[in-house]
Amino acid sequence: MLSRAAAPVAAVLLALAAGAAILVAAGRSPMAAFGAMWAGAFGGPESLGNTLRGATPLLLTGLGVAWAFRGGLINIGGEGQIYVGALLAVLVGLWAPGLPAAVHIPLALLAGFAGGAAWGALPGWLKARWDKSEIITTILLNYIAFWFVSYLVAGPLMDPQSFGYPWTAEVVPSARLPLLLPAPFRVHAGVALGAAAAVCLHLLLWRTIWGFEVRAVGEAPAAARLAGMPVPSRVVTTMAVAGGLAGLAGAVELLGVQWRLSDFFSPGWGYSAIAVALVGEANPGGVVLSALFFSALSTGAASMERLARVPAAVGDVIQGLSVLFVVLAQGPGLRRWLDSFRRAGPEGARAR
Amino acid sequence: MSPWEQLFFSEAFFSASLQLALPVLLAALGETVAERAGLVNIGLEGMMLAGAFCSAFGALAGHSPWIGLAAGAGGGLLLAMIAAYACIALQADQVVVGVALNMLAGGATTFLTRTLFGIGDRPVVPSFVAWEIPLLGRIPTLGPALFHRTPDFYLAVLLVALAWFVLFRTGAGLALRSSGEQPQAAASAGIAVAAVRFVAQGVCGALAGAGGAVLVLSQVHRFIEGMSAGRGFIALAVVIIARWQPALAAAVALLFGAAEAVALRVQALDLRVPYQLILLLPYALTLAAYIGWTGRTRAPAALGKPFSLD
Repeated sequence: MLSRAAAPVAAVLLALAAGAAILVAAGRSPMAAFGAMWAGAFGGPESLGNTLRGATPLLLTGLGVAWAFRGGLINIGGEGQIYVGALLAVLVGLWAPGLPAAVHIPLALLAGFAGGAAWGALPGWLKARWDKSEIITTILLNYIAFWFVSYLVAGPLMDPQSFGYPWTAEVVPSARLPLLLPAPFRVHAGVALGAAAAVCLHLLLWRTIWGFEVRAVGEAPAAARLAGMPVPSRVVTTMAVAGGLAGLAGAVELLGVQWRLSDFFSPGWGYSAIAVALVGEANPGGVVLSALFFSALSTGAASMERLARVPAAVGDVIQGLSVLFVVLAQGPGLRRWLDSFRRAGPEGARAR
Repeated sequence: MSPWEQLFFSEAFFSASLQLALPVLLAALGETVAERAGLVNIGLEGMMLAGAFCSAFGALAGHSPWIGLAAGAGGGLLLAMIAAYACIALQADQVVVGVALNMLAGGATTFLTRTLFGIGDRPVVPSFVAWEIPLLGRIPTLGPALFHRTPDFYLAVLLVALAWFVLFRTGAGLALRSSGEQPQAAASAGIAVAAVRFVAQGVCGALAGAGGAVLVLSQVHRFIEGMSAGRGFIALAVVIIARWQPALAAAVALLFGAAEAVALRVQALDLRVPYQLILLLPYALTLAAYIGWTGRTRAPAALGKPFSLD
């Protein structure tokens, strides 16, 4: 377990060191910048609450990406799935007044899951039926979902009292997620839902036949087919679950934090979720930790920009480097090189 | 003419389509070369963005769009070399490396822009001006659209022809394509597959960077964060729709350029179509073309697979 976590932890530390080097090169003090970042992420109940709330959409979407990875699929469509999920959740949240919260909230969450699942199943079906790369179709569907939502929130769904801002009205109170920890933490029930989803996904992956089949299709599709597994339908359902989790992320953020849908609803969680899943090595437990880390990074970077006047984009650089270093550590070339180094010392490595 | 006729049947529309196709075309051309050698670059988007940033910076520092173009190609090349080292030397997963490069390019260009210029206006950079080809430029209608253009257009046309010639009419091209189809066989025939892939990756990065540069130097005239706006991903789809053929890639990129030109002109002509739906059009069209384009398409056999001799 410890050695399995060594590579991602080393990658993240290396990326943070590189971030510090960039700050030095830009003439900034890395101590001051990282200090402001730490304070912004963990420096008090409000910051801690922000980090936890920000981790939730990353966690749910990241779990979806990890699940797809296990099934041999690369879901770059999290961003579009988040928007479609949030769209269906806001529709239920706006237009079903009079329901008790115990019905309204689950209904809106379910709608979010279903929306994301449909937006994920489509590329899954295109892959299974016509062998169209899910990488390309999910990316294009991101842009289509985004501009469609952008049209709706500035047109048919625009809040009449928004004074021209492109956003919907707020969902009615019966659809809003309750707070688990009150202000100043302001941690909503979606955080617990994210944790529960991680546990469920872990059990699903390692304790059920379904999870076994997903992993089999991912690791050896030919063998899975020979063993009688329905490979094409597994591809569709795997993508549907991945999309559904991203849609749920959109619904949770909408019902728990923002209450209204806008075209600046997501700061790119769908893309960051790929980093979350990779650094978490596609294990639900690892994904929880890496979602917390990346949320702390971006929450901290935002307050660093305010306090230390260092552009928050340095957080994106650190995120990109983390992924690059993790994948380098996983690449067979480096691993073999390290192995030969261990076997024969520096001479052996050079001889290769 | 009704506004809708003005939209499609005008020299301005034709001319805009050609111009807007260029960044995607250059990136798609580079990706065609890389994929023919067996490498897939999800990081194309990041290479375009890095190219756009470096070109703006280069054009400002060197007071010339040509220096900007060279700097843009260099920016793309730099990212491509990181990808090549990771994917060829270390055999890391090509898709994931590409995803990482996109994040890195997005973060680094935004960080540098904010550090250099704050959040105020970005300076306008020295840009390309149109060259008129003697005589041909005087042909009515077609002349101005085809022969009175910025030099990057002529350069792109030459590069399409050059890519076709090198890929399909030279020994180097044969070596490159065999590295993408049958790397083991190519290696046993004495071709240095890893070296070929490194070169192909470099060409891809330089062309994608040049695509980003063109976006700055003859369209937008300044760098804006995230300005590649998915064009790298569209270029990836273009390569497949064009069946890994340079000339077809030009035709498909032109289709994308036309969709973007429609988007711009619908806004300019005030046709009362919501602009968001118009901006959705190029992506929907690309997706439809990618899904609908069945028939005999076959990717290079070793595409995306790491190569090693043992």
